[in-house]
Amino acid sequence: MAEGLYKLTACKIRDLIEKKEISVDDVVGALTERIQKTDKKLNALISLEKADLKSEVERVKQNKGGALYGVPVAIKDNICVDGRLTTCASNILEGFRPPYNATVIDKLREKGALICGRANMDEFAFGSSCETSCYGPTRNPWDTDMIPGGSSGGSASSVAADEAIAALGSDTGGSIRQPAALCGVVGMKPTYGRVSRYGLIAFASSLDQIGPITKDVSDCALLLNAISGYDPKDSTSVDIAVPDYTKSLKNDIKGMRIAIPKEYFVKGIDKEVKAAVLNGIKTLESLGAKCDEVSLPHTEYAVSTYYIIAPAEASSNLARFDGVQYGLRKKGKSLIDMYKDTRAKGFGSEAKRRVILGTYVLSSGYYDAYYLKALKVRTKLKEDFDKVFKDFACIVTPTSPTPAFKIGERIDDPLSMYLSDIFTIPANLTGIPGISIPCGFTKKNLPIGLQILAKPFNEETLIRTAYTFEENTDFHKRKPDI
Amino acid sequence: MKKKIDVEYIANLARIRLSKKEIDGFSGQLADIISFIEKLNKADTKETPPTTHPLPLKNVFRADTVKKSLTQEKVLQNAPEKRETSFKVPKIIEES
Amino acid sequence: MTPAGKYETTIGLEVHVQLATQSKIFCGCSTRFGSSPNSQACPVCLGFPGALPVMNKEALGFAIKVGVALGCEIAGRMKFDRKHYYYPDLPKNFQISQYDLPLAAEGSLELFGDGQRRVIRIKRVHLEEDAGKLIHAEKGDASLVDFNRSGMPLLEVVSEPDITSPEEAYEYLTEVKSILRYLDVSDCNMEEGSLRCDANISIRKTGAKSLGVKTELKNMNTFRGVKIALQYEIDRQKAVLEEGGKIIQETRLWNEAKARTFLMRTKEEAFDYRYFPEPDLVPFLIDRETVESIKASLPELPQKRYERFVENYKLQPALASIIVNERDLADFFEESAKGYPRNVQLIANWITGDIQGELNKRKLSMASLGLKPEAFADMLKLIDEGVITGKIAKGLLVDMIETGSMPRELVKSLGLSQITDKGALEAVMEKVIKNNPKPVEDYKNGKTNVITFLVGQVMRETKGKANPKIINEMLRERMGKL
Repeated sequence: MAEGLYKLTACKIRDLIEKKEISVDDVVGALTERIQKTDKKLNALISLEKADLKSEVERVKQNKGGALYGVPVAIKDNICVDGRLTTCASNILEGFRPPYNATVIDKLREKGALICGRANMDEFAFGSSCETSCYGPTRNPWDTDMIPGGSSGGSASSVAADEAIAALGSDTGGSIRQPAALCGVVGMKPTYGRVSRYGLIAFASSLDQIGPITKDVSDCALLLNAISGYDPKDSTSVDIAVPDYTKSLKNDIKGMRIAIPKEYFVKGIDKEVKAAVLNGIKTLESLGAKCDEVSLPHTEYAVSTYYIIAPAEASSNLARFDGVQYGLRKKGKSLIDMYKDTRAKGFGSEAKRRVILGTYVLSSGYYDAYYLKALKVRTKLKEDFDKVFKDFACIVTPTSPTPAFKIGERIDDPLSMYLSDIFTIPANLTGIPGISIPCGFTKKNLPIGLQILAKPFNEETLIRTAYTFEENTDFHKRKPDI
Repeated sequence: MKKKIDVEYIANLARIRLSKKEIDGFSGQLADIISFIEKLNKADTKETPPTTHPLPLKNVFRADTVKKSLTQEKVLQNAPEKRETSFKVPKIIEES
Repeated sequence: MTPAGKYETTIGLEVHVQLATQSKIFCGCSTRFGSSPNSQACPVCLGFPGALPVMNKEALGFAIKVGVALGCEIAGRMKFDRKHYYYPDLPKNFQISQYDLPLAAEGSLELFGDGQRRVIRIKRVHLEEDAGKLIHAEKGDASLVDFNRSGMPLLEVVSEPDITSPEEAYEYLTEVKSILRYLDVSDCNMEEGSLRCDANISIRKTGAKSLGVKTELKNMNTFRGVKIALQYEIDRQKAVLEEGGKIIQETRLWNEAKARTFLMRTKEEAFDYRYFPEPDLVPFLIDRETVESIKASLPELPQKRYERFVENYKLQPALASIIVNERDLADFFEESAKGYPRNVQLIANWITGDIQGELNKRKLSMASLGLKPEAFADMLKLIDEGVITGKIAKGLLVDMIETGSMPRELVKSLGLSQITDKGALEAVMEKVIKNNPKPVEDYKNGKTNVITFLVGQVMRETKGKANPKIINEMLRERMGKL
């Protein structure tokens, strides 16, 4: 029975353990073997010590059960786990072991999940390719010359390659959805405030949200159930009831009105991606949905808005990494030398670039022209969505304008890298939830993702639509040959 | 028209030492990014209020009750340098 | 003194007050003073990555009280902003403060100390978090950081530049402290750092239209220090101008030990704080009803009380102002006056004399001295009743403070009653006459003022229990017979 256990979904593993057909040790054993076999090629998982895994198993065995009992979950390296290395894939957090858990970690463990690894990522989640990690790039299991997407590239790659049953990522401008699309798995960014950010090392506080990356939509619902809910430790988490998302796993979208924004199908979009998404829309129509073209007129401003707000907040959030209390310290003659050398040595190129960009837009005399202007355009973007959601249950778009690209292809061209987030960014700026599901493959066998967006706190609509699509297609069943 | 950005000044504000090569590289890239960002000027926002938070939350409080602090051991477990229970940093000279 | 005639001085003060909440402003750590370094710290006040602030409700309530008491307009909507600068005692390298939407603005405070009313306008009142504490090790090349103070709730009260002399600055500080203590929102203990003060100061030729160039003064740790530092700075600026020099806008540190100010930084080196709205905290809306109900619940404030004391009790303004300055002193006065309404001026004299002396000697506040107003009033009655002398009362007061007993009990147990028995007094008198032949001779020769000396000798012999008036009469009578 232990053979091939790593291929199973979280739902299936939990059920089998419940029926006592397999044990937690069987699952962990199968997964460990799998990781040993494939991760040399992928570099998706980093810094998990053997002793940690053993203690995870021991801890889980003391749990009686739970919706995620015995399910190994990979955790992105920017989510704090008490006493475990948590580095955001950055040299500046070298050796950092937080003395506390992120709220999502407590919640996952309560439900019986175990942490099976720390997932690689772009340094501080700055990137769309998972190349800026201090641990080296993660590769795409569908083609190891290709990037897995980012920044939660390790989370998506490990789930796609069956190195983890499920994973948590974080999404600031598409960092869950884009790698999920590029790796052919399911990734959801919940509504801002749905999941506590406590213990998520902040990139851009007003945009960040933790979410699940899973093998299918049912697992997505299961993980979302586990991590959602108000947290008194996060002022921006919202105190409203959490529905049981597995109840939305219904194969039925008859009569649902779906909006197709024309701005998401124009310039720069890859032909094969466009064809697969349009094909997906046809499938949804054939299942009873009513799809109509709409306009989200301020879409063209989303990337600019994002690349003011996100670096500004990031420059502030990263100010604390100075070598005083934790992480890397480069000794200097004076305090200011210590600061400058520590940060010069600790941050990679992209981190420096974003911190400098963010510092610039906030610096004296520029606030109104950049930051304040961006906040106003943000309002405009929100108004666009509000208008569409008056008449439509959800919006369907491509997740990423292109499939996975070659490692190194865009690393020296930040602007072209930034444009890979063009379709995912608006959901972060406006706080709405979004999911990416597999909807096709390119001729070169690279996965393509379809994004569904809904009103704030309407994750149920996303799950129902995604589930219906999944039940009537086979894309999610394909596995990379690795 | 591209803006000239004083990367050295900004890097000093952000307390990052940059090499000459980095300064040159960033100057060009940031100028490109900034001119891209300035696309926003086309958007009409005269009557538009700013959105700082994606959701309209307000008045989130905690009660004034004392909770347990971390142990000193946990506070200092990551300290690059410490003396007794304090963090140690290079001497700060305040007077000139 | 302020340079008379030629120059006039303009001072604005920024007062930082620690609010006396139980827990810190954004986390549950205790605010107790004097604990072992870093024993009152948690991920939030240490600024550990991933930790998030949550606003202490009591801190806001306290701050609104102060705003209302200072006659400010309370903002209907306020928010927090991040203020960035690098310093090792500032764990996030930004301080959560308030920038463009402070809690309160446009108030005023009236000074009435010398019977002359002056209004000092209050520019703004805002909330922020305190930084940790740097300890400069005496030996070696290190500074040490203690984060116990980090995250203590601070209220910053900024005056308009309406203060015209160091004496007036001192008076302003005394009044601010008095109000805060009446409101019971802060200890205002400058030695423990719960009240701190920075000043902006400039001088100009009397009658000049525009203000002179100002300097900012920091690091003044006592009320007296503020007065001395400001005077030093006035003299320094004057000397610069007299020598034909120019004042440079700069920040200067007061060094109390060396009694001079030192250059800290010039305007060119001034920080670029890069303020932007704190995304981890939500805005706060304060409705009219809340403000009105706080207004209604305020105690009578020192200025009102001062007016009442002068008006109703007919106290001398100077005495009234000293008494109302401390809320518990004024409470003590009023309670005592109820028990001894016959001569409230006498009560005031005792309070500003002997009682204040005992407070200073013991470094205690009236509330913690343990002297009951009923007991004190009864003591005054004992004098009127002729049971004890005024001189005995001085000692009795100390006994009352030390034992907490009622005066009548003490008089009995210590045998302090006035000696009214003429027989007993005559014996003492004879002894004094016998032992002091020279003064007695002088008296006989017409130097009648030596009688005071002889009365004093009798008092000494009776340990103050004799009635001096009676002795005087008796002595005159006896000496007349000699």
